[in-house]
Order: sequence, then C-alpha cells, then structure tokens
Amino acid sequence: MEEILTQCTSGGPVKVHVKDGVITKIRPYVFDETDAPSWTIEARGRKFTAPRKTTMMPYVSGERARIYSDQRIKYPMKRVDFHPQGERNPQNRGISGYERITWDEAYDLVAGEMKRVREAYGPAAIAAATASHHNWGLLFYKLGPFGRFFNLLGYTEVVDNPDSWEGWHWGAVHTWGYYWRLGVSDNYDMLEDALQNTEQVIMWSSDPNTTTGYPGQDSLRWRTWLKDLGIRLIFIDPWCNFTSAMLGDKWIAPRPGTDAALAEAIAYVWIQEGTYDKWFVENRTVGFPEFEKRIMGGEDGVPRTPEWAADLTGLPARQIRALAREWASRRTMLGCGAMVGLGGASRAAYGTEWARLMVLLISMQGLGKPGVNVWGGAGMGQPADYSFYFPGYSSAGWDAFNLVPGTKRAINTVSQKLYRLLLADSILNPPVSWRGDGFCGQSIEQQFTTHTYPEPGTSEVHMLYRHGGSFISTMCNTNKIVEMYQSPKLECVVIQDCHWQSETKFADVILPASTQFEQSDISEWMNPGGYAENKSGQNFRVIIYQKKCIEPLWESKPDWDIYCELAKRLGFLDEYTEGNSREDWIKKLFYSTSLPEHVTYEDFKKKGYFVVPPPQGDYKRTVSNRWYYEGRTWDVPDRANPMLYADRNPRNNSPENFVPSDKLGTYSGKIEFVSQSLLTNEPDDKERPLIPQYIPSWEGHLSEKAKTYPLQLLTTHPRFSFHTHYDNKVPWLDEIPVSRIVKDGYAYWPIRIHPSDAEPRNIRHGDLVKVHNERGSVLCVAVLTERVRPGVMHSYEGGAKYDPLEPGKVGTPDRGGCINILTPDRMLSKNAPGMANNSCLVEISRGDI
Amino acid sequence: MVIDISKCAGCYCCFIACKDEHCGHDFPGYAAPQPMTGQFWMNLVERERGQYPRVKTAYIAVPCMHCEEANCIKQARDGAVYRRPDGIVIIDPAKAKGQRQLVDSCPYRVIYWNEESGLPQKCTFCAHLLDEGWKEPRCAEMCPAGAITFGDLDDPKSDVAQSAAANRTEALHLEYGLKESVIYINLPKKFIAGTVAYEDSDDCAPGVAVTARTAGWEQTVETDGFGDFEFEDLADNQDYTVTLTADGYEPRQFNVKTLRDMHLGVIALEKSR
Repeated sequence: MEEILTQCTSGGPVKVHVKDGVITKIRPYVFDETDAPSWTIEARGRKFTAPRKTTMMPYVSGERARIYSDQRIKYPMKRVDFHPQGERNPQNRGISGYERITWDEAYDLVAGEMKRVREAYGPAAIAAATASHHNWGLLFYKLGPFGRFFNLLGYTEVVDNPDSWEGWHWGAVHTWGYYWRLGVSDNYDMLEDALQNTEQVIMWSSDPNTTTGYPGQDSLRWRTWLKDLGIRLIFIDPWCNFTSAMLGDKWIAPRPGTDAALAEAIAYVWIQEGTYDKWFVENRTVGFPEFEKRIMGGEDGVPRTPEWAADLTGLPARQIRALAREWASRRTMLGCGAMVGLGGASRAAYGTEWARLMVLLISMQGLGKPGVNVWGGAGMGQPADYSFYFPGYSSAGWDAFNLVPGTKRAINTVSQKLYRLLLADSILNPPVSWRGDGFCGQSIEQQFTTHTYPEPGTSEVHMLYRHGGSFISTMCNTNKIVEMYQSPKLECVVIQDCHWQSETKFADVILPASTQFEQSDISEWMNPGGYAENKSGQNFRVIIYQKKCIEPLWESKPDWDIYCELAKRLGFLDEYTEGNSREDWIKKLFYSTSLPEHVTYEDFKKKGYFVVPPPQGDYKRTVSNRWYYEGRTWDVPDRANPMLYADRNPRNNSPENFVPSDKLGTYSGKIEFVSQSLLTNEPDDKERPLIPQYIPSWEGHLSEKAKTYPLQLLTTHPRFSFHTHYDNKVPWLDEIPVSRIVKDGYAYWPIRIHPSDAEPRNIRHGDLVKVHNERGSVLCVAVLTERVRPGVMHSYEGGAKYDPLEPGKVGTPDRGGCINILTPDRMLSKNAPGMANNSCLVEISRGDI
Repeated sequence: MVIDISKCAGCYCCFIACKDEHCGHDFPGYAAPQPMTGQFWMNLVERERGQYPRVKTAYIAVPCMHCEEANCIKQARDGAVYRRPDGIVIIDPAKAKGQRQLVDSCPYRVIYWNEESGLPQKCTFCAHLLDEGWKEPRCAEMCPAGAITFGDLDDPKSDVAQSAAANRTEALHLEYGLKESVIYINLPKKFIAGTVAYEDSDDCAPGVAVTARTAGWEQTVETDGFGDFEFEDLADNQDYTVTLTADGYEPRQFNVKTLRDMHLGVIALEKSR
C-alpha cells in the first residue's frame, strides 16, 4: 500500500511516497488542473509562464537518505564520564564516548540539571541556542517548541548575528533604511520589470544557482529567460561561481576585500564622464557633494580613479573603466542586496562599506527606474497575491505559537544576552561587551546599544542547551569553540538534534529529535515572515499541510514532545501547551489565515496543499522602490513596514491603520551618501565612516600576515548542503565531486586553487593538501581550476564533519573539512559586529597524514 | 530522451533522483536494487572550458543511451539484455547474473558491476514507472530547468520530438555508431576568445572586427565594450586563423588549433606605422 504525502523543506516542497511505513521516494509537486493557474508575463513579444512543477535544492533531493542516515541520533545518551552527582569531566568533551539511557532517565537528568542550575545561580545561568534551517514548519520548527519553552523557563538567549548578509545589515541600513528587513530591500514585481525593461544584470558577489535555498531552484528558469532575451549577465566575484560558469557573459574577478575600491572607481568614472542620473541624485539623495568631493580627491588628494583601484583590485584600469561605461549605458539590475543573492563580499572585513556603496551606485543610476533596481540574485519578485494572509514562522517573534490567536504570550524574564559570535569568548573570558542587538529589525538605534556579558548582578552561564545545528563548521575560528566546550565553566551541555553534527560529541546529554517527516505541521513554502515579509523566489505561493509520513525513527521524538516532558517535570506544562494538541495548534492556525475563505480544513488536509491563485492580467503592479523613484508614497504590500502601519497585524485592513509616507527608513528619508544615522550616533567611527569607502582589510592582501600566508581563502555558502544539515548525512552527496572527493576511502572537502598557485607548491589535481594558518589546519583535496583568480582559493563553508586527527585536542589538524578552523573570529569592524569569514589568509602545502 | 546542455546548471538533482528511485529498491523484471553508493545510472560529467578569466563550465548528463544497435545486447548470453518495443534496453536481472562481460561491452561505460548481487546494472529509463503510467523517468521529472525532455522520438507531436526537430541534435559519441536513443542539444564544442585593448591609450577596444577562418568557413564578430570577442561552437582539433582589424591600428593575426578551448589573452593593438 503506497501513500503520497505532502511535506515542505527548507529547500522546497516535496511529495513523499511511503510504502509499508517506509519512505521510498522524494519528488517535486506536479500541479493539476484543480490547482490555481499559472501566471504569464509578456515581455518583448514573448510570453513566459510558470511551469506546473515545483523544484527543490540539490541537497533536498537526497532527503530520503538523510532521514534514514546512519548519522541520525538514535537513542538518548549520556557521556560515559559525565556524572552529575560527582565528576563531570568537562575536559573530556569531544573525546569520551556515550552510553544509552532511557528517555525517563534523560528527562529527569536534564530537568534536574535545569532546576539545580536555576536554584544555584538563577535562571540566567541557563543559555540556549538554536539551529538555522535544520527542519521546516511554521509551528513546530525551532521558534515554536524551543522559543516557547525557553521563554517560559527564562534563559540567557544566544542572539544570532545576521550571518549571511552582515554588511547589508550593519552597513546598508545607514544608506537606505530598510532596517525592518535587516538592511535589504523588498523585491516585489521585479521579475516582470526585468524581463520587460532590463538590458543587463550585474551579479556582484552573487551565486543564486547555489544559494537560493528556501524557494528551491524555481528562479533558475527565470535566469535562463534573461539569457533567451539577450539580457547580458556580468559577474563580479573572485571565484567564477556556479551561476557565472553557466550563464555569465563576463566574469570580473577582483581581489577579495577590494570590492569597495572597485565601486569607488566606478563612481569616479560616472562623475568624471557625467554618466549618472543627476536628477535622481539631486532629488532623492543627500550628501552627494561631499561624496563627489571625496571620490574626486578633494578630501585627501587621492582621486579614486580606475588606476587607483587597479592597484588594489588587481584588475586592469581599462577593465574598470569599461565596466563603469557598460553599466551606465544600459538599464541595469544589480543582482545582490536582497535575499537569494546577498553576497560573500558582505561577510568580510568592512563589508559594510561594500554594501553601502552598492546602494549608492545603483542610486546613481536611478534606483527604482524601470529596469534599474536591486534584484537579489535575479531570483525574486514573481507575480503573487500578498493580500492572501498566511504568516511565516518568525511573524510573531520568538514563539511561533503566538501566531495562533488567543495564545498567551510567553515572556523571557531574563534580560542578559550572549552574542553568538562572542559565545566562546564570553564563556572563557568574561566580561565581554559588544555593540548592537544582533538582528536590529525594530530600529536603526538598535545598532548602537551596548551589551555586556555577564550583566551586572547576573550570573554567568553554567548550562548550555543546544537545539539543532552546529557552531563548529558554521561559525569562525573553530578551535576557540572547542576550548569553550571543554571549559569547566559549562557544567552541563545538552544537545537535542536529529543528526550527529560536528558539535554533538561535545554534549553531556544527547536527546534524539525526530525530523519534520516524522511529525505533522503546517507552513507556507519559503515564507519566513517577520524580517523577510513576502520573501519570494518561487513560482507560486503554496501552503502545505505537512503530513507526518512515518513514525519517529529509532527512539527519536518530535521536539515539541521532548519539551512537553521537560515542562511537565518543571511544572509549566499547562502554560506550555495551553491544552492544545499538535492537531489543535495546526487547526487553530488554519482558521486564523485566509485559507478558510478558499478551502475547508478537511479538504486542505486531504489534498495536503493549496496554491494561492496568482494575480492575472491587469493587476496593480508595485515594483520595489518605483514609488520612491517616482516621488509617490509607499505602495508595496509590505505589512511589516513599521513606518506605514500603526498596527502591524496584517489582517487589520482598516484605512486608519495605514499612514502614507514617501520616505525611506533613513534619518533623512532619502538615500544617504553621508549617513545621517552614523552622523548622529557614531560620528567619529573611522571603520564605518559617514561616507562609505574602501578600507584595507585587517586580513587581506596588504596585511603583514600575507607575507607568511599569501593566499586569500573564500568560504562561500555550500552548493550541496544547507549549512551542515545535509553534508555528511547523505552518502550520495559524497559522490558529487563538487561536494566531496573520495580519496583512499575517505570523503575529503575540496579546495579550489588556480594552477599557477598550485604549480610552485608542487600540488597536482587530486592531491591531499594541508590548508593552514596560525589558527589551525585542515586536510583537503586540491582541485586545480581556472575558475579562481590566482592568489585566491575557494572552498565551501559548512563541511559538516569535524574530524580532528587527535580527537578533542585543540589545534590538531582536521581532515573532515571543517574549513572554519581557519577563518577569523574578528568582527567586520569595531562597531559592526558581523562575521568576516571571507577575510582569511592561508598557506597550502601537500599534506600527509 | 533529449538533453539540452545549455539548460543544465549542474545541480545533480537528476543524479540523486536516480539514486532515490533505485538505491535499495527492487523492481523485479526491470532492475535489482542499485547499491547505496558506487553506481551512477544517471551520471553527470563536469567539463571546465577555457582559461582564467574566460572560463565556462558545462555538465553532461550521461545515462544509458538505450542504443538501437546496443553492444550489450550483442554480447549478452541467454538474451539477458533486450530492447523493448518502445526502445528501452533492459538488462534482465535474473538472466544477467554473473555476466560481467556486459560491463565492458558498453563504450559509454554506463553499465556497472554489482559485486554483491553479481549483476551488471544500468539505467532503465525507470521503465517500471512508465509501465505504471508515468510520463517521464525520475531524472527528467526532477530537473529544475527542463534540460531533460522525455518521450517518444518517433511521435512527431511529442515534446521530445519537437525539441529534437527545433534544434541541432547529436549523439554524445557519433563515432560509436550505435543509434543512441539519448540525443543532445548544445553539446560543448570549442571556443576561441580574446580581449582587445589599444596599446597607446590602454583602453579596452570595442567594435573591433575579428574574423575566424578555417577551410570552407568564416565568421566575423565585433568586440564588445570590454574588448572581448568569442567564437563558440568551433570544431575540435581544427586549424583556425583569427584576424583583428581596427582603423588606424596594425592588424593582428593568430593561428589557433582547437585542441582545447582557447583564451588568447589580452591582445594589444599598436598604432599603424
């Protein structure tokens, strides 16, 4: 007996075939005639229609193998030498093995430790952190079960940094506002605008074929449509990324960390030749005269000429001049700066400056003019009806159950925070201070707050609870994280996850969680809500009843069930559930959305999904930033925009709730060449100056360190894993040479190097190599390729294996591909607390074990 | 099956979909289970082309070609390999046991040896699904770009036949002469590229006429705003002459043999003497 059930993942929706209680196939959805019709865009005499099939990210196609992976955590476990009543042996984390315990023993142990730590030190002594994207679901993904549990318990929150778009968050906000979207623009109706009006797309540090993520690969076809129309695609990236290698008409490869210099030189050419949109600059921006003076050398005597930038970027001056001219002579989309293509250049020292200059360059060409805009990865903004209400998992903040009307909000009473990037430092060497609130989505001023850990009169953290995911492999400077885990300051470490991650073996107690395929939930494909309201990139809005496909495997349990048992032991089960079963939550959520206006709950559940009818024909288009270009008030349907809606409840459609505005979210309400928010709050910061500018990297080609470690290492988001969630769990991915290369029976992480760098080091294609710097070393397999700029090496972040030759020993070489052993944990700049993994100098040599 | 290389992003979804369908799953009469790793019934071969910074990458999907004149059929004993009326070539998982010679019978190297079950194995076009009424095999269904079209090439109304008729198609290895049922559009050939600059001004040289010639063939293109030119789809191992002419500058000429894709580098034009 075979059943076909509906699910959704963090890389696209999937249909799941189940036979005799076992998953047999993972497939895309194929829409039938009862589903809403496709949209059609007419452009330049051609028609482009959305295909009747969904797509998924490459790694999701291996989901069956991930679900049944031998890397699943099968049973509750305790470290053999962890004795809560006696010796805890924290120094043996990462070294010692585990023994099975029963669920009751596990619950009692974890709840007992929580009580003990609370009584001894207060609630702030428990810290907890989550994964990103290890499962998908509106209610029962992390923000529901985890968020509500810890809010009720009280805990020191480990605050996330905006890890994929640092420079946009900490920089571009000060140029174009958009703080409620964490520094990136909305992207409404951009696909049609591009197909009709755009002549050229510049993908600056953008590889959408690799990094689209949530929407699956739907926009891949859109980019082939651009090619069909003869729209030119130019890629600027030190590495000829996968989109460039497939679709690029031109590849320009500046040295890593010098993108801002290239941008300044482009501005120079435009000013010198008068080829910028003077009307826009005069009417829609502030501070241009000061910017112009600086660029032309009036401030420090150094004009930012192509020749000046040539020395820094390693590009010929004539190429920089040609790029500036080609850009100015065509209606151009800038393919970065919104989700889908955010840009590795923003995850580097002073990445703020690059992001701010991107906004300024596109503004100099008339941001919002037909065909001219910021269009993330050429992969967002299909026709869609956003008046249909269905929330995203973060729409109600750090407790997804708040989305269900009538739920009593759970409030965390602990104000102390830890900052993810400073977690290890904070545990090892407190006190530690930092600027900013992490995700600063409420106001620009949140970027200027100061936090200190521990807060005065508050306990340090003594217990760490990890819900999915792994800092090791995804955050920088791995060895420091290892040191943290082995510190006696952490008296108890609990890790609750579906799979063994690099970090799991540092836990004292391990709780096996079920995947989303072993539990039911409800969700909309790709909709995170909150700071990414109406995020798009997929052909259709599809809302899914995520059906439980199989029973929880081995002894795993859904996260929600685990927290219920803990809440029972801690005495707040009733507040946690409010009497709701899983099905109650899903049903109540259903009735709070627009779905009941179109489908009954029973029919929705039976079919498993609902396609929101896309607008047809003559609907009202609201291309992002067009209102601004044309001097009108905001018209995009962004209900998360706090400037427009007194009540941000998206179902409140009363006209009094809407306050029209023609201003951007900056202090001046305009694009700011001279940042008014920095002028007001941080006027003397030389590392994030009022006018954005190239600042030599603290770990770049001009650094003293480059004499010892001359190669620049880029570590971009991986193509065959979502962070660490698929790599090392799906054996099929090990057989894809882009992902891993098997040598002598071991699947190594590839590192890409130009032949001209390999040859003098006597490195051949396929050699085992040691990549190293003062922070550590990783054994990889060398891939000789013409696709990297000489002097630069490329590898992917997110190798999910941390396999040190001497387990548990800090600094020992790793052969698992944990490339973040090499990357610095220094922040973008003094006051911009983002990660800068792409500012990394290394040396490489032939490796031996 | 028609595979359009220009639409392939190298995402490996076809490669994995095949494993999802066949690894650990037994389809009696069609195929024994594919081992979890080590066999690639839908393989993907990466081909990097050119030199920094003029470089492209193509991916070539390589399933069983389901040849009309299949070598494996000829070399099978007891009729262990046969061609169905619809053209699908099947290795009978019962009769083929122990017939290791079949692995070497295929010049495309798409038959794999299963050590554990003692069987030669390969792509079946998911015939077990087609016989249940599916329209296409798993690899084609999974392709996000529509690069794989499946159907009856003999039916002129089918998508696959129309796609084949509208494009130049070819077998991956015409020289094998096997009458393959898998044909390709936009298989990469060779390119010659270059970047032109003026020596005196050190500016890029747009609008320069560049002509490539070989026996019986000639093409002229103009350099773009970056001074770039490219001739794509050139024959393998052929001698080409590339000439550049720009008013007021000395003409340049290059003799290129297309042993590989060639980036001629930056060509600096000197003022006419």
